[in-house]
Amino acid sequence: MMTADLHPAAVPVAITINGRAYELRVDPWVTLLDLLREQLGLTGSKKGCDHGQCGACTVLIDDKRINSCLVLAVTKHGSAVTTIEGVGAPGDLHPLQQAFVEHDAFQCGYCTPGQICSALGLIAEGQAKTRDEVRELMSGNLCRCGAYTNITDAIVDVMERAAAACGREDAA
Amino acid sequence: MNRFDYLRAATLDEAIAALSADPGAKVIAGGTNLVDLMKYDVAKPSRVVDITRLPLDAIEERADGGLRLGALATNADTAYDPRVKARYPLLASAILAGASGQLRNAATTGGNLLQRTRCYYFYDPGVACNKREPGSGCPAIGGVNRIHAVLGASEQCIAVHPSDMCVAMAALDARINVEGPQGPRVIAFEDFHRLPGDSPHIDTTLQPGEVITSVDLPPDDFGPHYTYLKLRDRLSYAFALVSVAAALKIERGCIAEVRLALGGLAHKPWRDRHGEASLVGKIPDRASFQAAADQILAGAVGQGHNDFKIDLARRAIVRALAQAAAGTPQSQSVKRVN
Ligand SMILES: Cc1cc2nc3c(=O)[nH]c(=O)nc-3n(C[C@H](O)[C@H](O)[C@H](O)COP(=O)(O)OP(=O)(O)OC[C@H]3O[C@@H](n4cnc5c(N)ncnc54)[C@H](O)[C@@H]3O)c2cc1C
Ligand code: FES
Ligand code: FES
Repeated sequence: MMTADLHPAAVPVAITINGRAYELRVDPWVTLLDLLREQLGLTGSKKGCDHGQCGACTVLIDDKRINSCLVLAVTKHGSAVTTIEGVGAPGDLHPLQQAFVEHDAFQCGYCTPGQICSALGLIAEGQAKTRDEVRELMSGNLCRCGAYTNITDAIVDVMERAAAACGREDAA
Repeated sequence: MNRFDYLRAATLDEAIAALSADPGAKVIAGGTNLVDLMKYDVAKPSRVVDITRLPLDAIEERADGGLRLGALATNADTAYDPRVKARYPLLASAILAGASGQLRNAATTGGNLLQRTRCYYFYDPGVACNKREPGSGCPAIGGVNRIHAVLGASEQCIAVHPSDMCVAMAALDARINVEGPQGPRVIAFEDFHRLPGDSPHIDTTLQPGEVITSVDLPPDDFGPHYTYLKLRDRLSYAFALVSVAAALKIERGCIAEVRLALGGLAHKPWRDRHGEASLVGKIPDRASFQAAADQILAGAVGQGHNDFKIDLARRAIVRALAQAAAGTPQSQSVKRVN
């Protein structure tokens, strides 16, 4: 359990982040992104635009991808959050992280945590079947370096490998 | 962002009481519009009433064969709901044409109805804006007004309503259920959003203390003859310059019923009953679509930079009606238009 700074206006918030339970007191005007970065030291989620336009701050809240810069943390009392720190680890990368490396899907890397969290959400949603659909459903994530083609390659690769693995199970 | 009090409402009554007690209080649902506006100091609520704990997120069958969308159903849950996809594909495609996957996962039915204009003067507290500061003026008139209204605007305000979801709901004749200090009431979709007139700061007919609880979709089935055509500056993730929700019933080769709502052109989703009626009984061909489009846009007034919208809208109406008639709705992922 960890406790953040006390403030007279602060509201109790119980929140699970990357599998760890936190009991915090949070000012109502603090966004989830600022809570993660400023109070909890989880700086993987990036602040790009701070207005829901770039996707750099994307995290999974209760398994759904969401822009953490537009979420007041106090409204997520009782939720489970996954940030990039909760996805894979050095030496034990998540298949999507591995695919990003293999496909050279990041250049400066600033947008990458948001791209990966967003892609994880996209794959779980199961709505994208084609490359065009992947591109459309990743449109909330902007990349200054323009690594879009390689990002799409990485995501499609992971989707195809998962589909092939399912096929093998069906056949078995 | 201003400092504010916060209430995590445990019941609808508690939320209504809190809103009634403090005119500066605001509901928060997904937060994707309210938090954005608070960061720009455009919205400065004294108290934020969090309704996300209330059981308002269901999508339910109605006895009349329609569907009820809870105020807290997310835009993603609505667009991907199998019943919505099968029975209201117009609504599903309008929602999917808006915002991004992340935003649709947070945005709610109620919040989308009440999202505010994206007019850049409205978003900039450093300049005048009648919508933000009544009586201060409208710098969009005579200013940079490429995205502004060509229909139903007033001398006080030429902002447009930004929603895609609402354009489809207007075409579908949805009804909005609200609950307030005086009890529940139902608002016809057309009566919900207002034209600016002399009070552009008031977007809707929702009364102080009222909370949206759900939206009802009537059972009408427009079968395969629908489309949501959205035209914007880039192919994805941008607000509409012009959008058209079109649905037709075609019987024995003739148009039996028409629903046509326009986005990006006015202070509210725009419907023109005369324009719709002019198509009934006609053969669904280019000539009749063109005549209807001309009629609907006859009263359109450009402001300079947005003059192009009038012709764009005319072409969009014709294309949308042609897509609806042919049963070839606009794809969200393959956006080439033939
Ligand atoms: C970058 C970006 C791009 C976007 N692109 C599009 C687009 O292309 N098309 C489009 O249509 N939209 C777009 N949106 C807007 C988005 O759809 C809205 O922000 C969203 O629908 C608002 O829903 P919410 O639940 O987050 O509302 P909130 O921000 O929580 O609330 C919005 C308003 O509604 C009020 N409210 C919310 N729920 C209720 C209720 N039940 N009863 C009474 N009042 C209520 C709040 O008090 C507030 O005033 C975009 C937003 C962003 C940030
Ligand atoms: S920082 Fe949240 S979307 Fe850009
Ligand atoms: S890799 Fe540089 S912004 Fe995406």
